[in-house]
Amino acid sequence: MTVLTVPTVDAAPAGLSRRTRVLRRLRRNPLAVVSFVVLALAAIIAVLSPWLAPYAVEQTDFGHTFAAPGTPGHVLGTDDLGRDVLSRIMLGARASLQVAILAVATSLVIGVPLGLAAGYFRAWDAVISRFTDLLLAFPFLIMAVGLAAIRGASLTNAAVAVGIAQIPGVIRVVRSDTLRLKSLDFVAAAVVDGASDLWVLARHILPNATSVILVQATVAIPVAILGEAVLSFLGLGIQPPAPSLGTMLATAQQFAARAPWAAVLPGVVIMGLALAFNVFGDALRDALDPKGDRR
Amino acid sequence: MARYLITRAWQSALTLLLSTIVVFLGVRALPGDPALALAGEDRSPEALEAIRHHYGLDQPLPLQFVRYVGRAAQGDFGESIRTGIPVSSMLTTALPVTVELAILAILLAAALGVGAGVLAAVRRGHPAEWLANGLALVGLSVPHFWLALLAILYLSVATGLFPASGFVPLLDNPVDNLHHLILPAVILGTGLAAIIMRQTRSAMLDSLSSDYVRTAKAKGLRPRAVITHHALRNSLIVVVTIVGLQLGGLISGAVVTEQIFGLPGFGKMTIDAVFQRDYPVIQAVVLLTATAYIVINFLVDLLYSVIDPRIRVTGDPA
Repeated sequence: MTVLTVPTVDAAPAGLSRRTRVLRRLRRNPLAVVSFVVLALAAIIAVLSPWLAPYAVEQTDFGHTFAAPGTPGHVLGTDDLGRDVLSRIMLGARASLQVAILAVATSLVIGVPLGLAAGYFRAWDAVISRFTDLLLAFPFLIMAVGLAAIRGASLTNAAVAVGIAQIPGVIRVVRSDTLRLKSLDFVAAAVVDGASDLWVLARHILPNATSVILVQATVAIPVAILGEAVLSFLGLGIQPPAPSLGTMLATAQQFAARAPWAAVLPGVVIMGLALAFNVFGDALRDALDPKGDRR
Repeated sequence: MARYLITRAWQSALTLLLSTIVVFLGVRALPGDPALALAGEDRSPEALEAIRHHYGLDQPLPLQFVRYVGRAAQGDFGESIRTGIPVSSMLTTALPVTVELAILAILLAAALGVGAGVLAAVRRGHPAEWLANGLALVGLSVPHFWLALLAILYLSVATGLFPASGFVPLLDNPVDNLHHLILPAVILGTGLAAIIMRQTRSAMLDSLSSDYVRTAKAKGLRPRAVITHHALRNSLIVVVTIVGLQLGGLISGAVVTEQIFGLPGFGKMTIDAVFQRDYPVIQAVVLLTATAYIVINFLVDLLYSVIDPRIRVTGDPA
């Protein structure tokens, strides 16, 4: 008798855990490694910025306004009030990441349970779908405008507006993954075994849905970073004199003819952060994709 | 088909009702007396009384709601508390600017996104694919208001190629109108183009490896014909879907773009209203956006089910 061997698409040796395989795929993707390093550096700078920044962010120096980048003592120059641009960018990036993480966390806390419920309980699906439609009907900026009109402009309201705007996306991916998992044998086995709905959701479905949640969070963060920047730029988010990349650009717009570099640097930082998250998100999605390296 | 239509219509109507309730309650969630907020500068007791009466704030809440909906349905959103101009006539002047900007942005994004997406899928492993993919990632990551700022700085102020701000109505002078709108439209379209490109590429890769394309190739159809025929149909679905999904982002983007380029549209009107605490205007803007979003998405779903008959059966657009 001959034993047929089935050629496997994935070259990873059998027996390796899924996590090891995913990490291995990520390590082999140079874009993933570079974006991860950028993000790790950004995180370290953001956390340590109060100590790393060469100047206090609100420290003005009217003798040295609009210093060009490269000025001794001010590597990236100074702004209209003589404040150090490097220090403000470091703390501004910290604020951006704070708002983005807060916003995405909010969207997950609300969206994940709703997505699970919509996918698992048929009766809840219609109700939660209408709720999602309702949220979608208020575009992010219009929602932020409404919130600012009712509660005033602030960092918290910016994070809330950005977070609410992310909820429908979270519900959608968690719902569809729950539907998929629910139809698998191991869930049916647990149900036959007498497990309660809550137990099945918490022990079987949620742990298996973590990878889609992780990817969703990674792609939501750059959207949130851009959202915060827009709101602060329009004056609906972080309020001056607190440093924010968006408000820095709003100020730079007024003095663009005199100090064009001030309109360039904060934007480069916002784009760099968003780009690193997007690249890493793409790589993570590919690495988690059981179909391997199709894309 | 009929059943799908009825379900979608009913769902849209329900969402519309819910969003109207949210907007209606929003103004009542303002801290303090809504009459005070609606009064603006004139806060005499008589003026407040007149406002309470005009808005029916002295009536029970459900009755207030019915009246509010009745007035809104007739296009009566009250007057701006800053200028006294009816909100409806403000909208009549502002909306055409935004609609034109949005349509221009969608057209540019579709042309660019579909073109780059097809190119990236057909030229796999070629530098063109890398370039298209890289540009799409940058398009997704770049803050548009910053791009607008740079465009004004380096294309308008420095070279004078484009006007930095202002607007000329289409009917007054179509050439000048386009000259003022083209830069804002390109910038508003970048994000959309990036999303369309990525989806088109993905859809093309799927269809290029599918059986019907292999059959088409096997029966001797030239590669170019295969690509154009299948790419066009798939791209249409991709563009329609994405415009529906990204409509909210497009509206948000228009608000910012108009603000930066000083275009007298819906977005600028919205931001001005927030800083002037012009509540009747804000309320109208929010309600109108929600209505537009729901109606357009309903139409997109209809169009979608016409283009792709499978949707009618499953009733679930992806």
